[in-house]
Amino acid sequence: MTPAIQARGLVKNFGATRALDGVDLTAPPGTVLGVLGPNGAGKTTAVRILTTLLAPDAGEARVDGFDVVGQAAEVRRRIGLTGQYAAVDDKLTGRENLILIGRLLGLSRTASRQRAGELLGQFALTEAAHRAAQTYSGGMRRRLDLAASLVGRPAILFLDEPTTGLDPRARLQLWALIRQLVAEGTTVLLTTQYLDEADQLADDLAVIDAGQVIATGTPAALKARVGDRALVVRVRNPADIDRLRPIVAELVGAEPQADGERLTAPVADPGVMVELVRRLDAAAIPVTDLALRQPSLDDVFLALTGRHAVPDDEPPA
Amino acid sequence: MSVDPVTRRPRLAAAAQQTATLAWRTLLQIRHNPWELADFSIQPVLFLLLFLFVFGGAIAGTTADYLAYMLPGVIVMNMTFVTVYVGHGLNTDLTKGFFDRLRSLPIGPWTPLAGRIIADLVKQGWCILLLLAVGYLLGFRVITSPVAVLGAIALVLTFALAMSWLMVLVGVIARDPEHVQLFGFTALFPVTFVSNAFVPVETMPAWLQTVVHVNPVSLLADAVRGLLGDGDVLMPALGVLAWSLAITAVFAPLSLWALRRRLSRG
Repeated sequence: MTPAIQARGLVKNFGATRALDGVDLTAPPGTVLGVLGPNGAGKTTAVRILTTLLAPDAGEARVDGFDVVGQAAEVRRRIGLTGQYAAVDDKLTGRENLILIGRLLGLSRTASRQRAGELLGQFALTEAAHRAAQTYSGGMRRRLDLAASLVGRPAILFLDEPTTGLDPRARLQLWALIRQLVAEGTTVLLTTQYLDEADQLADDLAVIDAGQVIATGTPAALKARVGDRALVVRVRNPADIDRLRPIVAELVGAEPQADGERLTAPVADPGVMVELVRRLDAAAIPVTDLALRQPSLDDVFLALTGRHAVPDDEPPA
Repeated sequence: MSVDPVTRRPRLAAAAQQTATLAWRTLLQIRHNPWELADFSIQPVLFLLLFLFVFGGAIAGTTADYLAYMLPGVIVMNMTFVTVYVGHGLNTDLTKGFFDRLRSLPIGPWTPLAGRIIADLVKQGWCILLLLAVGYLLGFRVITSPVAVLGAIALVLTFALAMSWLMVLVGVIARDPEHVQLFGFTALFPVTFVSNAFVPVETMPAWLQTVVHVNPVSLLADAVRGLLGDGDVLMPALGVLAWSLAITAVFAPLSLWALRRRLSRG
């Protein structure tokens, strides 16, 4: 079967910066490919090449079997794109935005209006349909943006960080909409900085760092490498870190990462917490925080590369 | 004739419809943004009234005499200001990502630009008619023919089209829409005022007169004066056409090059 999305050896330079350094991506039809990586890893550049907005310096990419450079018009007929920044016309109403796209796609006036009505209903925007998009909340704008990319019923949908900046409720709403599209057979390429988002939506993952794919596999396989949960211990006295490290290492069976007075380690069995508390007590190591949390993108990067996802001089996103 | 794969219609007809749709979109923005309507409706009328009643007596002796001289000048000055919308709108689309949405659609690659420029010409037409109408209420009378009036409008629109290419370049280069306005108006104010749009050139220093005589704003104002009232038409009109050709020849390729460059930066 022809992959819906296939990229081989994509390279893209911006001046002296190498944004993509030989990226391979594959998504079979009807699946969701999650592209996971920190800011500046090259996710958006990859999406822009796959959606014909940018030409690669080397390598090739096919979408639904069509070359993104040589057959750009064919590719554009088959794709929908929702970017990180909601690309709707602020000054038009929600309904007008959707009718505009319909008319540009060659639908008749009546068909454009009908399709706009359908999508507004599906995306819970009917009540706001007559208001200018600049009055919409962040979640509504993102839903309108997604609706705009669906007017032409694309077979392949590109979502570039679709939930960045949304509140948790709006994020859940958007996830539900994406799941519905996938259930209807749409192939989706989704970029994200959030491990839980990739875990929730993607069938396959590609972890990307500094323009290179550093890991691929199912979310389950990736999590098995990272641990289901991350253990975080924060000691009161930074000098205790060296005493704490072997205790944690023995309990979780992996080398923990130290960061100041904080120690993190992947954990498969949450039951180790009880034993850890006992040993902390026995060793008389005072702690200020002791928690199990969902592993973050940063944990994935620590596990895969041994370093943090975000450069130290920048605050984590 | 080649056929558009999406619409199954001739490619040129599809592109024309796409351009018309994008022009409609730009004009539709005005409906939800009354300030923009005020901007290019109230502002020219305000300029007309202010210049007429504040300067009229001093410059021409009576406001009635001054009106015949300055109405063409106001039409031309306002035309140059309205072209800033082309750059402003294009820059907004580029910085907000809407341009990317359009580029990801199977439409003619030049249709977003064409749609914007055509919408701008509609705005220009509206402003000219509005100023002629208000001028009429104030006592301005066309003493030539309807054909000459159409000729005047066509000449103003021709120069506006050439200016649009300059504003496309500003729209592509500017960091954000505010900078387009800042740069646009800063450049346009001296160009429109160092002209014969409002004041006869005879009172200016000799060196400035030289500049004023070759300024396309002066030439266009003179041609419009001739086409609506009396005065030479042929020489200033030819000058305007030469300027229009020259501006287009320089700035159309430059703008498209700059646009492609900006888009390839990711």
